[in-house]
Amino acid sequence: MLVYLIRRTGLALITGLAVLTLVFCVVRILPGKPSHVILGDFASQAAIDALDKRIGLDRPIPVQYLDFMGKAVTGNWGVSMVTDRPVIAEILSVLPWTLELTLAALLIGVATGIPLGVLAALKRNRAADNVIRVVSLVGLSFPAFVSAVLLLLIFAIELGWTPVISAKTGSFKAWAQSLALPAINLGLINAAYITRVTRSAMLEVLHADYIRTARAKGVPWYAVVWRHALGNAMLPIVTVIGLFLGILIGNSVLTEIVFNRPGLGKLIVGALSQRDYTMLQGLMVIYTLLVVAVNVLTDLVYGLVDPRVEIR
Amino acid sequence: MSGAIGPHRVLSVAGLTTSFRSNRQWRPVVSDLSFHLDQRETLAIVGESGSGKSMTALSLMGLVTAANGRVEGEAVLNGRDLLKLFEPEMRKVRGNELAMIFQEPMTSLNPVMRIGAQIAESLHYHRGADWGAARIEALRLLDLVRIPDSGRRLDDYPHQFSGGMRQRVMIAMALACRPKLLIADEPTTALDVTVQAEILELMKELQREQGMALLFITHDMGVVAEIADRVLVMWRGNKVEEAPVRELFAAPQANYTRALIGAVPRLGAMRGEANPRRFTVIDPIDGRSVATEAETPPVTDTAPLLEVAQLTTRYPITSGILGQVSARVHAVENVSFSLRRGETLALVGESGCGKSTAGRTILRLIEPTSGVIRFDGQDIARLDQHQLKAIRPKLQMIFQDPYASLDPRQPVGRAITEPMRVHGMATAADAMDRAAAALVKVGLDPAMAQRLPHEFSGGQRQRIAIARALALGPKLIVADEAVSALDVSVKAQILNLMLDLQSEFGLSYLFISHDMAVVERFSHRVAVMYMGEIVEIGPRRAVIGNPQHPYTRRLLDAVPIADPSVRRRMRSRLAGLELPSPIRPPGYTPPERIWRTVDEGHFVQDVA
Amino acid sequence: MSIEAVAAVRPADRAGRPMDAFRSNKLAALGLLLLASIMALAALAPLISWHDPAIQDVVHKLGRPSLSHIFGTDEFGRDIWARTIFGARVSLMIGFASTALAVLIGSCIGILAGWYGGRLDTFVMQVMDVLLAFPSLILGMIVVAMLGPSVSNIVLAIALTSIPPFARIARAPTIAIKSRDFVDACRSFGFSTPRILLGHVLPNIVAEILVMAALWLANAIRTEASLAFVGLGLKPPIATWGGMIREGFDNILDNPWLALVPGTAVLVVIFALNLLGDGLRDAVDPRLKDAT
Repeated sequence: MLVYLIRRTGLALITGLAVLTLVFCVVRILPGKPSHVILGDFASQAAIDALDKRIGLDRPIPVQYLDFMGKAVTGNWGVSMVTDRPVIAEILSVLPWTLELTLAALLIGVATGIPLGVLAALKRNRAADNVIRVVSLVGLSFPAFVSAVLLLLIFAIELGWTPVISAKTGSFKAWAQSLALPAINLGLINAAYITRVTRSAMLEVLHADYIRTARAKGVPWYAVVWRHALGNAMLPIVTVIGLFLGILIGNSVLTEIVFNRPGLGKLIVGALSQRDYTMLQGLMVIYTLLVVAVNVLTDLVYGLVDPRVEIR
Repeated sequence: MSGAIGPHRVLSVAGLTTSFRSNRQWRPVVSDLSFHLDQRETLAIVGESGSGKSMTALSLMGLVTAANGRVEGEAVLNGRDLLKLFEPEMRKVRGNELAMIFQEPMTSLNPVMRIGAQIAESLHYHRGADWGAARIEALRLLDLVRIPDSGRRLDDYPHQFSGGMRQRVMIAMALACRPKLLIADEPTTALDVTVQAEILELMKELQREQGMALLFITHDMGVVAEIADRVLVMWRGNKVEEAPVRELFAAPQANYTRALIGAVPRLGAMRGEANPRRFTVIDPIDGRSVATEAETPPVTDTAPLLEVAQLTTRYPITSGILGQVSARVHAVENVSFSLRRGETLALVGESGCGKSTAGRTILRLIEPTSGVIRFDGQDIARLDQHQLKAIRPKLQMIFQDPYASLDPRQPVGRAITEPMRVHGMATAADAMDRAAAALVKVGLDPAMAQRLPHEFSGGQRQRIAIARALALGPKLIVADEAVSALDVSVKAQILNLMLDLQSEFGLSYLFISHDMAVVERFSHRVAVMYMGEIVEIGPRRAVIGNPQHPYTRRLLDAVPIADPSVRRRMRSRLAGLELPSPIRPPGYTPPERIWRTVDEGHFVQDVA
Repeated sequence: MSIEAVAAVRPADRAGRPMDAFRSNKLAALGLLLLASIMALAALAPLISWHDPAIQDVVHKLGRPSLSHIFGTDEFGRDIWARTIFGARVSLMIGFASTALAVLIGSCIGILAGWYGGRLDTFVMQVMDVLLAFPSLILGMIVVAMLGPSVSNIVLAIALTSIPPFARIARAPTIAIKSRDFVDACRSFGFSTPRILLGHVLPNIVAEILVMAALWLANAIRTEASLAFVGLGLKPPIATWGGMIREGFDNILDNPWLALVPGTAVLVVIFALNLLGDGLRDAVDPRLKDAT
């Protein structure tokens, strides 16, 4: 088990480094020289050269690469070109907001999605299943920003249950109120995916021979579903939830914008529109770290759940 | 047969009818079935695919899905009609008074639950035992089914057991609550023949000890002869005949029974015969013999068509992040044999012995690690792909799974013409004619050339595969378990077809099989493989009539004989004689083998 | 089945043919219908919009639905209905183009990686995994931000993030088929690799790829709208759904219709495609259907 974990962590780190390399390439090799774009079309060559030097874009690419990788790994992510504050400080100040949103969404998704998926699989092709299928299909057909706008419209504006603009500080109630809608937005879309995956994983598992064996032994239904079916279905479900993280992050960006929540999403949109390259690099590093961390966690959970993993 | 209900009657079934609804019609898969079973008795239900035998078992267990299945009739177990019970009541019976074991041990156990827990489950839910007490009992059960080192194995997972061991675990699970009736649905079909022999032995012993009734479902007449007290023959959902086992084999009444028994070759029946014989085919409707049992002509050529020398195929197994070679599978190790024109050489052995790999290596579907393959004078092991292409039409293969050897999206006519066109053997029009002729030759209607494979039965697909191979004018055909997946009667027909084609075209066959009785009737010469090596080779009469190598003897000993008057004597009681796998550490060199000549053409590996 | 009557053939088994799916799966048929309707509307856009989507009428800005503007006007006085219809063209075009590109490139990569296996396979799949590891929306945002929001750049950005899933979805069945006997049979006949791949492997995996294509098309349209929403879509006066929703969001207190109309449109399209994809998947993978 330990060996497995070390191997998976190692692989994840290698993937992480590969993604960082990709990040480096994307920012540097794509057309549109940064300095040129920042200073505009009418800037003089001297000004461009000066900015290049300041950012470090005048050095040869391999040197820049090593410098970038070294700094990325050690946590020196430079200084924002717009606000002049250290990138890492900016990121860390908003990171908790994004993390709490993502976590809340994940919890809502799992707590809603798995039971509904199991129910749909057990009542296959009956009323409950059809309703759940259609509802989950509608749920994941909503682009995150459309549902966010809709929720905002109904609950914040028309009904006034939650504030239109998130409160940054305040009581627990205020905190809960400002987290509620964004978390529900992200969470329900997540739940829709999880419901579908759970349903198909359960259906697949319920056709397996060992379920027939369990029934032949006279094991009661609740035990068949819980110990035999769900125990095996969790394997593909956990894997897929890990894969959905990418979608979740993308959706969180949109959600943060609509609900005006501080977080990585707003930072990245700002950085993109203002061509804040150092901020962009730092953000991409943090996203990479997040994805790597989740991958390792998923592998860990998978390793705990699947006994065959030990023999690798 | 029927009649008074004795004091030891366990099961009494009357008018059992199971139907499924499709296209708004109810179609019966089991029709009006009646039988009974007493304590300590074994009733074998035998039939081919589609006979309804498995469905009978599922109906008794109440496992037929309610959605579009319907079970009618009466099935009284110890005074209670199972078919009238509602699900909560039936659940208490299942695994308790009535238990069942299934065919596929590999998939019938929950992969994420420990063996001990799976066995303890029945005790927990039926007897109310707490998990601790149930676990102790589970340990005792593992000993009962003779699993060595039971204490440690209690906490293992299914994937850590081999096929035979898993079936023992299934039996332990089924016997946990001391059922009155045990239903076994093809429990040994998926196992190697030596493992099968042990499991059958175990079941007979357990029946003696526990005193339960055994309902044994199978398609294998040899197994029936070994294990049954009475036999019930089913065909297309109906009972065709029921009789005590000796009576059934000695004097079958129904035409179908005669057809079934006739089609099964009996190991030992070819004693004294020199050449292969056609198989008996009896029409199931009118009972007349359809195929002659004529002997085939002997092989006259002396020059070999195929000569294989020191053929070796090894696969590396990599592990670790960098993919270092951690072990090698010695699938085929130093194999040598020759094959003449018009001759059939059988490669026999159990799973993992390398016979299939050897066949594929000869066709260069798998690359040999070393060795010589001399075909028609040329060493084809050395040829490159381009040169090989010219030879390919002469070397063909027929595969085991009729459902997988044809492209599901290609009409069968095209499947036959495509190879001809690729080799430039015929123009488009010509090819269609030749394909039609090939279909006729294998006994199919040429008008079916437009149809897709899934519209044909397994036997028909195998005929198409043969037609496809034949159309290229081959000299050698490698038949890799070509009839193993077919029903008994279909098997006989296909084998006869192959024998006819052999006489007509002078074909040579490399017949890869694990079925010794079929091999005895079909082949001129036999080579026995074990762990990648040939351990004994010679004329069929010599190897099967006078086996020298201990493995050959064990193999022949294990084959169930379809004749109840020849009952097995007790075999070894130990479990754990599972087949080892030929995985060796890298750098392993196999030891030198010494060969002994027993007789003319009959060689055996000396056991040190 | 039972004893063989050699000439008898089972009646043609029609399971697995996609057209039948529509007869039995009403929802998939509904999805197809919805999609076809929207495509028809988009194609007929100039005829049915009654207003030019680019003409501004600042006097009547942010107007509620009325007789002359059925869904009202946006903040520049442009007709919302017209802009929504024309926005459909943008979304559908970019969606189809990027999905088609991704299907072609991704499938080729997946099939070749699956077929040849070994080092090539490992390397290619590592690259795909790296791309997959990154949140696709953000990668798309970065690419468009760098290259500029033109039609081809947006198509490229979306295609780039779509290639890894198609590579995977083509690779898995290729590996499964590679080990099946009929492929070995083809090799034993000496068929060339291109013949086997194109004539025997591809026809057997095309169905699964198409199912994924339908589902992914929904995703592509969603991504295009999301990009437009954050300001990285096609610039005005070109009408995009995402852009309109953004405007609507900015003006939500004044006129909710501005956001609702394109929002509903994009929802309906994505929903229709999901229905369609689901229905196709049920037809192709009979295990998920009702067991007969």
